[in-house]
Order: sequence, then structure tokens, then C-alpha cells
Amino acid sequence: MSNELDYLSRRVAAGKLSRRDFLGRAAALGVTATFANSLLSSAVRAAGPVKGGTLKAGLVGGESTNSLDPALFMTQVPFAFGKMWGELIVELSPDGKLENRIAEEIGSSDDAKVWTLKIRDGIEFHNGKTVTAEDVAATLERHSDEKSKSGALGYMKGIDTIKVNGKEVVLTLKEPNADLPYLLSDYHLIVQPNGGKDKADAGIGAGPYKVKVNEPGVRHGGERFANYWQGDKMGHADQIEIIVINDATARTAALQGGQVNMINRVEPKIVDLIKRVPGVTIRNHSGPGHYVFIMHCNTAPFDNNDLRMALKLAIDREEMLKKVLRGYGSLGNDFPINASYPLFTEIEQRKYDPDKAKFHYKKSGHDGPVLLRTSDVAFPGAVDASQLFQQSAAKAGIKIELKREPGDGYWNEVWNKQPFCASYWGGRSTQDQMYSTAYLSTADWNDTRFKRPDFDKMVLAARAELDEAKRKAIYHDMAVMVRDEGGLILPMFNQFIDATGPKVAGWVEDPHQELCNGYALAKCWLEA
Amino acid sequence: MSSPIVKLVAQRIALGILLLLAVSVLIFAGTQILPGDVAQAILGQSATPESLANLREQLGLNQPAYIRYFHWLGGVLTGDLGTAMSSGQDIATSIKERLWNTLFLAFWAAIVAIPLAITLGLIAVRYRNGWVDKLISGVALASTSFPEFFIGYLLVFYFAVQHQWFPAISTVYDGMPLGERLQAIALPAAALTLVVLAHMMRMTRAAILNVMQSAYVETAELKGLSAAAVIRKHAFPNAIAPIINVVMLNLAYLVVGVVVVEVIFVYPGMGQYLVDHVTKRDVPVVQAVGLIFAAVYITLNIIADIAAIVANPRLRHPK
Repeated sequence: MSNELDYLSRRVAAGKLSRRDFLGRAAALGVTATFANSLLSSAVRAAGPVKGGTLKAGLVGGESTNSLDPALFMTQVPFAFGKMWGELIVELSPDGKLENRIAEEIGSSDDAKVWTLKIRDGIEFHNGKTVTAEDVAATLERHSDEKSKSGALGYMKGIDTIKVNGKEVVLTLKEPNADLPYLLSDYHLIVQPNGGKDKADAGIGAGPYKVKVNEPGVRHGGERFANYWQGDKMGHADQIEIIVINDATARTAALQGGQVNMINRVEPKIVDLIKRVPGVTIRNHSGPGHYVFIMHCNTAPFDNNDLRMALKLAIDREEMLKKVLRGYGSLGNDFPINASYPLFTEIEQRKYDPDKAKFHYKKSGHDGPVLLRTSDVAFPGAVDASQLFQQSAAKAGIKIELKREPGDGYWNEVWNKQPFCASYWGGRSTQDQMYSTAYLSTADWNDTRFKRPDFDKMVLAARAELDEAKRKAIYHDMAVMVRDEGGLILPMFNQFIDATGPKVAGWVEDPHQELCNGYALAKCWLEA
Repeated sequence: MSSPIVKLVAQRIALGILLLLAVSVLIFAGTQILPGDVAQAILGQSATPESLANLREQLGLNQPAYIRYFHWLGGVLTGDLGTAMSSGQDIATSIKERLWNTLFLAFWAAIVAIPLAITLGLIAVRYRNGWVDKLISGVALASTSFPEFFIGYLLVFYFAVQHQWFPAISTVYDGMPLGERLQAIALPAAALTLVVLAHMMRMTRAAILNVMQSAYVETAELKGLSAAAVIRKHAFPNAIAPIINVVMLNLAYLVVGVVVVEVIFVYPGMGQYLVDHVTKRDVPVVQAVGLIFAAVYITLNIIADIAAIVANPRLRHPK
């Protein structure tokens, strides 16, 4: 039976049998549709990518204020376009491991303090120059400079010296860090000629596509770079185009109308409708992103752990996951780590418990309503989620007063300023990065004001620990601490929900970011 | 005949310029009143007292407001709108293309909407109070009453998703062939047409009906002219002034009021540009766009005024 299926799937890949016929025959052979589909996609991948054509993506997250300077990337469109024209030193592979890109080899001293990056031969920039160790060093230098305003500056500050030694770049860190290669996979760290010091927004990199069109907030276009060093693996379409479509309805319409081949951020509430459109495939995948309600641990009344605990117990996670995310996510447990991180350990799931919440609320001695600020921009469905929170808390005798803030200015005026509000995190690639960004006492983005010297010590200890089992144990203790004493209420982890149109093949599920970690346009192709 | 007209026109233009100056003061004052300053907005989270002071010095924010106003005004008059603080790009260059796109869309919407509205108005008068009149008025009013985004989404649903005659998104770019460009803007132009149609049509109808009550129209009817000829030769020329007024108002709307339509159809025009920069608190861009919108409004109103004067003998020959 499986021989026959194999044969049939190869016929589909060769274009001699339609997908529909294949699924029909597979069903006749008693195979589930899911299995048949996966068989089919592996056959298509095995048949090899189809070269040529134009692939277009319609994406939310681009503004006319965007720049090609990788240091300034913040939203989805520059992120995805950067992956098209830029090449990184090292990247996270879809299975969660590290994949060496411009660095051929990464090694460290025993104490994880001195790191050596050996630069791969024969990688070329779009301007014809060869990528050298000097370029890599200059790139890292630029992103370590306050003036560059780099989004990676937070981690880069930890690098003490950057030296070039022939084909090697040697980094000496201020503090040991076993996670350095993960930090170098940050999407801001695109290697540029002379590090972009001459012209940061020139858009010249070593990626699979050359920048051809750059109209911020409107569209970005790329043309295949003939000398790309991995031309067999990426860059199948001749041209790629990213069209900025911030309106969700317009994005869906563009996919249905065939103006684009893929879109990001499909709203959970319309996924079931989009699924039924012929030719459209929903690509959802869980990742590290999560939706949160955050309390400042140093501001009354949230400086009382009993009140924080009461609120954590007064939220109905399951209902929220079902109603706000329509099941496209997973339950949160009040610490920012889930199975998409390396070294994750399971901790007992916190459940909705109005009685226990009532107990802690009474113990806290707090009286009167608690003010929660929310807005549509905090995360999709944040206002609904806040109302659900309000209702479930009311059953525990806790009165939550909702204040709906304007979306415009929410990130400047409310988040990280007001003591209790709704927000989201996109997640990071390692636990160290996540905790360093938002839970260290000194972190700018410590949006729960969780300032605990003992916790900071654990972060540093885990960072310097090269023994995996020991690190795992430290991370477990840190998670328990955040979960039971922190200011984070984390009801759910969201999934990335992308969608592709007819004939798009080669999609690779990637837990790190949406759109195959930004590489969808380079990794996918159009079936003939 | 010429001197009073020239004088009137000159007066209007002078008034317009004065008004524009007043608006520029308002815009400048308004953006100054906003909480926080530009330096704070640029530095955001990473603001330290020293870097704030440095940047304020660099941007000249320490000077008194009136000096900064004249500095800004001088720049505007010489075509220098400054640089956007969010992206560091020259505002005049980035606005140029956006403005051109907006004008392009407005132009084609107007080319369709104005003749259509006036013709429909004339037909409505010709068959006044009959079913044709009621049908035209009803449809036009309905299309105006629906919110723009609703009309936009309806058009997208039928013509882009279901039938795929036109693209759902209207991305246009430099060097796009005219035919493709027109196809791309077909749906937003149609949405805009439907939005402005009723106002112009109803105004045309009302203005002509008003004239139709007068004695000379009755005379024309009595001397045996057909209803269409009466409207064409006698009623329409006398009703032209209010019609021009309403047409100009709607033209102005087509340029400055299309933010929603631009967002729905992802059209790279001024509205989208303004929205992006308002959310970033990019004050120099907001000032520049505000001033351009004001200039468009005032210019079109002056044109309406002048056209009304030229078309009206009573204003042309004041006693």
C-alpha cells in the first residue's frame, strides 16, 4: 500500500496527477488526510524546488518610517526583508539547533568567556566584495556602539573586545556566556560591508536577494543574487516582493484575490473561514510569543505578593485560550518560557481557582477595585481578554476596573509605565535572552519591575554554566520564582498563523518566528 | 469689465494667503502644545538628561517658539520642509511621490464622479418627482450613507475576491504602466466616487430646481422649448455657481479626506503617510502634511469663489 502511495505522491510532484486526485486515492487506500498531505509535501520537497517566477508576500508591520539599517529593525516587514538581503553569522535552524552561516565554526574557551568565529570562505556581498573577518568584526562593533541605536545593543554591551585574527574573529566577553552563539543569531546582526559603518542603510548584504525596490511602508522588492553562497537551498524565485498590508481584511482579500502568495498574522477568529477557501493553506505553529497582564512588583497595591497571587489564580486561562485564541495557542503558566525554548522543564500548571484567589485576596488586605489598562494594540483580542479576566476575577470577589487606553501611544505612555496593563512579548531564542531582556533588575524592559538580586545571580550563574543538566536545574528554579513571586500573569502562548495561496511549496515549519523565521520567500517556490 | 474682476480675484487670493499664514500659525502652535517634546520623542526609552539636552541644542529647541516658527516658515517658503525625525529622510522628497499618488487617485475619481453627478442631477431634474428621480436620489443617498470602509470592503469582496477583475490592493509604484496603474486604482476610485456622488448630485438638482421656479424659465417653457433645452440653455448656466462650490468642496475631500480608503486599499498616498507619522509623533512631518492639506483646501475654495464670481454677472458687475 505504501509503495503505491509513494508512487502516486511522486506523480503529483511531477505534475502528472492532481493533488485532489491524490488525496482521493489516498483516502480510498484508508489513509488519513493529514498523513497523505504530509507524504505529499515530502514528495514535493524531494522532487526539488522549482526555480523562477515571482513570489509575493502581503505583510502587516511596515511603516513609511522604516529604514534599511538593520540596527533599527523593529517590526515584521523590515525583519522579513532583512532576511532576504542579509546574511547572519549564525542562525537558528527549524529544529531549534544552531546553524552556522557566515561563521563556519564557533568555538569557545572552557569558561565561555572567549569566543572564536571562523569566517567561511567564498561568501560574496551583493557589491561583489568577499565577506571577510573584518566585515564581521565591524558589524559587531557597530551594533555595540550606543550611537547605532541597535536593537541588539542590550546583548552586544556584554562584549568587551572584538579582534580580528586572520580569518577569525575573537570576542572576549565581560562575563562568561554559554549562549553567545544564540545571541549572534539576532536578526539585527546582518553582516554588512565594513559593518555598515560607511552607509548603514545601503541595503547591501550577502543574502539570497539583492535589494531592488525599497519603498518603506509600501513595498520592498528583491532580485535573485546570482552568486548567493547557498543558491541550491534558498532563493528559488527570480523575484520576491513584500507588499505592506497593515489592514487585516485587505491582507486576506489580497491572498484570496491572488495578488500575494502568502500573508502573516491571520486573525484567529477568521482562521476557520479562510481554511475553506480553495487553494489557501493555513500555516500555524507554536512559538515563544505570549500574551500577558503585567503588574509592577514595586508599586502599590501590586507590591503585595498575596494580591499578585490572587490575580494569578483569578484568571481563567482555558476559557481565554478558547475564546480569544480559538485554540490557536497553548496555556501559559506565569513564566515566560515554553517548550519552544531549549532546556525547558515542565512545571505544574496553574489553574483557575476562585476560592484560593479569594483566600489570597483577603490575606493581602487590599480593598476596592484594581485598575487594569488595556487596548486593542496590546495583543489581538486584548480588550476581550481583559473583560474575561474581569468576569472570572469577579467570581473570586476581586473587582477589576478596566480602562481602555488609545492604541496610539500605548507603548510610550502605558506599557512599562503604568503598574498594571495588558501587553505581549514576541519571545526570544534562549531562556537567558528572555530573562535578561525583561527580568533582570537592570533591564530597561523589566516591565514587571521584578527586582531581585538573588534572581539576577541565578541568571548570571546559568549564563556561565556549560553543564547542561546544571543549567536546566537553575532555569527551573528561576521559572518557579517568576511564576510564584513575579508580577507576570501569563494566560496563554499564541501561535504564529500565516497562510499561503495556491501552489506555494517548500514551507518549513519553524518555531522561532513567523513566516519560517522570516525566510518563507527564500525557502518557498511556486509549483509549476 | 476687467478691472473689478481682477480686483475681486486679487482680493480673494490675498485673503487666501493670509488664511494660510493663520493656519500655519495654528498648526505650529498646536504641535507645540502637545505634551513632550521632539527630543524626548526621538530618544524615547534611552533618554538621559545629557542626551536630551544635547539633542535639544542640536535641534534648536532652546530658542523661543516664535523664532522657531519663522525659521520653519522660511524653510517651507523655500521648499525645505525639514527632515523626518523617525527615518531621517527629507520630507519634501518623500511627500512628493505620496502627494502625486493622492492627486492621481483624486483626479481619476473626480473625472468619473463630477460628470456623473452633474448628469444624474440634470436627469433627476428633467424627470423630477418621477420614479427616475427617486431612484437616482435613493441610490446616491444610500451609497453616501454607507461608511467608506463598508463600500470599500463590498467592492473588494465582489470585484477582487469573487470575480478577480481588479486587484484587492492598490499598490502603485514609479514606472508602473498607466494601464496597470488605472486597473490598480479602479476600486478605490469607485469607492471614492460613490462617497462623493450624492452630495454633488443633490446639490445640482436643488440648484437647478431653484432656478426652475423663476419667471424666465416659465417664459422659456411658454415659448415652446423642450424641457431638456430649458435646463441646458437657461437653468443650468444660472445654477452653475453653487454647483462649482460643491464640486470644489468634494474635490478637496478627495485629496484630504481619503485616509480610510487609502488604508483599506493599501494605497501609498498622503493619508497613509500622515497616519504612520502621527503614531510615531513625527512632528515635522505632521506639520508639513497639515500645511499641504490646508493649502489644498484653501486653493480649491479660492478657485470655487473665483469661478462663482466669473460665472455670475451680478458679482461680476457689482453696483
